[in-house]
Amino acid sequence: MLKEYFGTIFSAIKSLLTGMKLTGYYFTHLKEIVTEEYPDNRATLKMADRFRGEVIMPHDEKNEHRCTGCQSCELTCPNGSIKIIFKQELQPDGKKKKRIDTWVYHLDMCTMCNLCVEACPSNAIIMGQDFEHSVYEKKYLKKVLNKPGSKLMDGVEE
Amino acid sequence: MLLGEDYITEEGEFVINMGPQHPATHGVLHMKIWLDGETIKKVEPHLGYIHRSIEKMSESLSYRQFVFVTSRMDYLSAHINNQACALAVEKGLQIEATPRAQAIRVIMAELTRLASHQLWWACAGLDLGGVTPFFYAFREREAINDVMEETCGARLTQNYMVPGGVMNDIHPNFQKRVKDVLKQIKDNFHEYDEILTGNVIFQNRLKDVGYISKEDAVSYGCTGPTARASGVSCDIRKLFPYDGYDKLQFEEILSTGGDSWARYQVRMAEMLQSVHIIEQLIDNIPEGDFAAKTKVVIKLPKGDFYQRVETARGELGVYLVSDGAAVPYRCHYRSPNFANLSAIPRMAKGAKIGDLVAIMATVDLVIPDIDR
Repeated sequence: MLKEYFGTIFSAIKSLLTGMKLTGYYFTHLKEIVTEEYPDNRATLKMADRFRGEVIMPHDEKNEHRCTGCQSCELTCPNGSIKIIFKQELQPDGKKKKRIDTWVYHLDMCTMCNLCVEACPSNAIIMGQDFEHSVYEKKYLKKVLNKPGSKLMDGVEE
Repeated sequence: MLLGEDYITEEGEFVINMGPQHPATHGVLHMKIWLDGETIKKVEPHLGYIHRSIEKMSESLSYRQFVFVTSRMDYLSAHINNQACALAVEKGLQIEATPRAQAIRVIMAELTRLASHQLWWACAGLDLGGVTPFFYAFREREAINDVMEETCGARLTQNYMVPGGVMNDIHPNFQKRVKDVLKQIKDNFHEYDEILTGNVIFQNRLKDVGYISKEDAVSYGCTGPTARASGVSCDIRKLFPYDGYDKLQFEEILSTGGDSWARYQVRMAEMLQSVHIIEQLIDNIPEGDFAAKTKVVIKLPKGDFYQRVETARGELGVYLVSDGAAVPYRCHYRSPNFANLSAIPRMAKGAKIGDLVAIMATVDLVIPDIDR
């Protein structure tokens, strides 16, 4: 009876010491614990290529994008965070054609589900790696993705 | 009856509210507890604090869109929720995911299960007063989340499984990194046992606490590790195999203890089984397309379709009713946490108030999945 009583106490202390030993090991081996020191590592921080931070529309050096305004993304978006406004643009051959005027992206509604990028037939939009979206006012989360004065790239529409 | 109005009943029972803002409920769960001294007489869960009407929302989303919302239900098994939806739509279309997609799906689902169980282990330790285990579990979970980030593009709400297969092919580094993660988990698993499983304080807080018999577990509709700890064989991966689980070798972990300690041990053993499943597949991912061809606008034929999967917490059922349109007519989810929660009043009856935290920790509730 007494032996059992002290045996329980002994095994209890042993179990606690086993745990403490592990804690002590990591306490003395500082190099084995790898934590990322955000935001001090901003210069070296590299996100994964496929990381979905926000929707962006790449423009080339001539300020041209690939968006034809087919509205596939607008229809696919489950949250209604994309709104495309059109304009009539005079073409060099004298005809008028429907082109995008503003490609409005509501970042506050977006859930980064990637469905718009999947739906885009001309690869006009991709997912960007920027993940620091905090702003002071909500209005800054409404973005226009096509740059001012940008045009449709030649040969995308065919 | 709210606190402040009448908090001592006529029988002399003291009524207190646990939650909705309580660190041990892991979310906005509100438990109303009737106490006699320190002994629990009755527990009443109050729900609805995080109800987002996901089922109703799904009725206005197309069959491609409604998948992503389910990541927000059981956010720790986001992959498996998406898989359930994708499988339900595939059942309606009468197609099957390609062999490559199936293998990727199973690997991802088991990685999710591992990550989820690691978070549970971390939080179980945290709830019962041990802060250190949290960081050991998160070390491995971080490695899994990095793999997810590389291939799926997101860490928690991946939206990677789509009807027909997966959204994009695996990253070139995927196989190597998964092997590294598995090695890391296997190398470090003994630390889990040393720091928490063997700990005498932890053991005494779980043993003979929150007992539920096999009959009760069945009648309350418990599934997953909660039911398997009471000896109910309910692994959907074994009973109703999907996505090629029938070709894999793994064991269904059963225990007859029925108490919190048994639930703890079942989950710990399940982690090793998940590692075992991934090991069989990681070198044998078949070549081919990562998604079967589906139309841009998916329309299901008239009828109803039910698909069940095994999430980290139990059986998730997706019930789709279609009237032939591009959106579901009705969408219903049978969530594992809701059924497991209903067993908590039974488990907690007669226990001490401190034990309720231990019971909730080992049942592993995720509150957004209860309310949906």
